[in-house]
Amino acid sequence: MTSPPDDTGTDEGLLLAGRALVRSYGHSPALRGISVGTRRGEILAITGPSGSGKSTLLLCLAGILRPDAGEVRFDGRRIDTDSEAERSRLRRTRFGVLFQFGQLVPELTAAENVAMPLLLAGVKRRPALTAAGTWLERFEVADLATHRPTEMSGGQAQRVAMARALVTEPEVLFADEPTGALDTLAGEQVLTELVRVTRQAGMTVLMVTHDAKVAAYADREIVIRDGMADDGAPTSALRGALGRAGAR
Amino acid sequence: MALGHVLLGLLARGGRHGYDLKRQYDARFPMAKPIAPAQVYATLERLLRDGLVAPGGTDRGGGPDRTSYEMTPAGRLELDAWLAEVEAPTPFVSNPLAVKVTLALLVAGDDAAADYLQRQRAAHRERMREYTRVKTDPDTSLAGVLAADYALNHLDADLRWIDTALARVASLSEELRP
Ligand SMILES: Nc1ncnc2c1ncn2[C@@H]1O[C@H](COP(=O)(O)OP(=O)(O)OP(=O)(O)O)[C@@H](O)[C@H]1O
Ligand SMILES: [Mg+2]
Repeated sequence: MTSPPDDTGTDEGLLLAGRALVRSYGHSPALRGISVGTRRGEILAITGPSGSGKSTLLLCLAGILRPDAGEVRFDGRRIDTDSEAERSRLRRTRFGVLFQFGQLVPELTAAENVAMPLLLAGVKRRPALTAAGTWLERFEVADLATHRPTEMSGGQAQRVAMARALVTEPEVLFADEPTGALDTLAGEQVLTELVRVTRQAGMTVLMVTHDAKVAAYADREIVIRDGMADDGAPTSALRGALGRAGAR
Repeated sequence: MALGHVLLGLLARGGRHGYDLKRQYDARFPMAKPIAPAQVYATLERLLRDGLVAPGGTDRGGGPDRTSYEMTPAGRLELDAWLAEVEAPTPFVSNPLAVKVTLALLVAGDDAAADYLQRQRAAHRERMREYTRVKTDPDTSLAGVLAADYALNHLDADLRWIDTALARVASLSEELRP
């Protein structure tokens, strides 16, 4: 099911690749040598239990966190060694990010929030707001254009955040739990729309989720466990338990 | 759920031939277990005998498969009663995966059981991607979407069970061994 990124050192054909990524918070390791790669236009799901390192992996691939070891390449170029300014420019121009927490600016309306990435990229206010309106419409929240985030439900805020992540029409979208759990028809419609829009635009999507039904929207899925690719070997917890059973 | 009630439901909007009913069934329930034409005819015979359907006329050419059937008022009552009735949640959950894991533990050991569960998980996830493709295809009918939703939720439940089972494999094996 999962074809790993090639190991020849070229990452040929891969738009984005992380190789042997290691990252710790203080002394606790979150990523322990995981490699992952994605081709242009692919929708890749990253799944695994809570605390397995999914968000950390996404942050490293998006150039927000620097890995302690290993490397990240995008479009044939190494980006993890870039300066903060360079990485931030990449995120503004070629990446879209949609993260679990703290996404919308509370003081701004939905339309202003969505227009923000365009304004930062130098687009004039009026065309930026027009584009924002179009994206709000795509996610069926056009009627919330003048609302502030505190006046929206969680699901509505998520749709606005999605519109904001896509408004610059990025090449790669990084999405951490894009719809939460798929327990509502509304969540499913948003995801269907997200997949439709990104496929149409030929965008590459890296989507973190703990929900198998969300992951099923992807072309491919990698499972991460304890900061490593889950290749089907018993987990450390299971190994421990098996060890005990065997030692009896 | 008996096929008789399903056929009554398909006759509710007007009379049909047996073969036509089979085609309707296939179109309405695209992911259901297929039915053979013979099953349809046998069921129609029974409905006829019970007075729930009546012959509605025969086409030129005749023959058993050219008779059309109509629902009788008694058939309508039976259909309405059945539609209003709650289906009993199944008392026995058939879980072939659990049977296989239990036997794998007995016969081949922990590693084999865990390995099987991992591969089963991959197969389930692949199938879920297929159903999701069907479901999100704009050309899929409502019946198809409903069937895919049902399958996806059941596969998802299986997956959760697989994850728990992987975690339990070690203790299960302790229990099973004398
Ligand atoms: N900012 C942080 N400071 C310290 N430890 C962190 C921080 N962020 C994550 N961790 C730790 O790193 C490990 C991986 O966390 P991460 O957030 O990447 O997991 P996750 O797979 O996204 O989990 P979830 O599904 O719960 O979101 C966890 O043990 C977590 O406690
Ligand atoms: Mg996370």
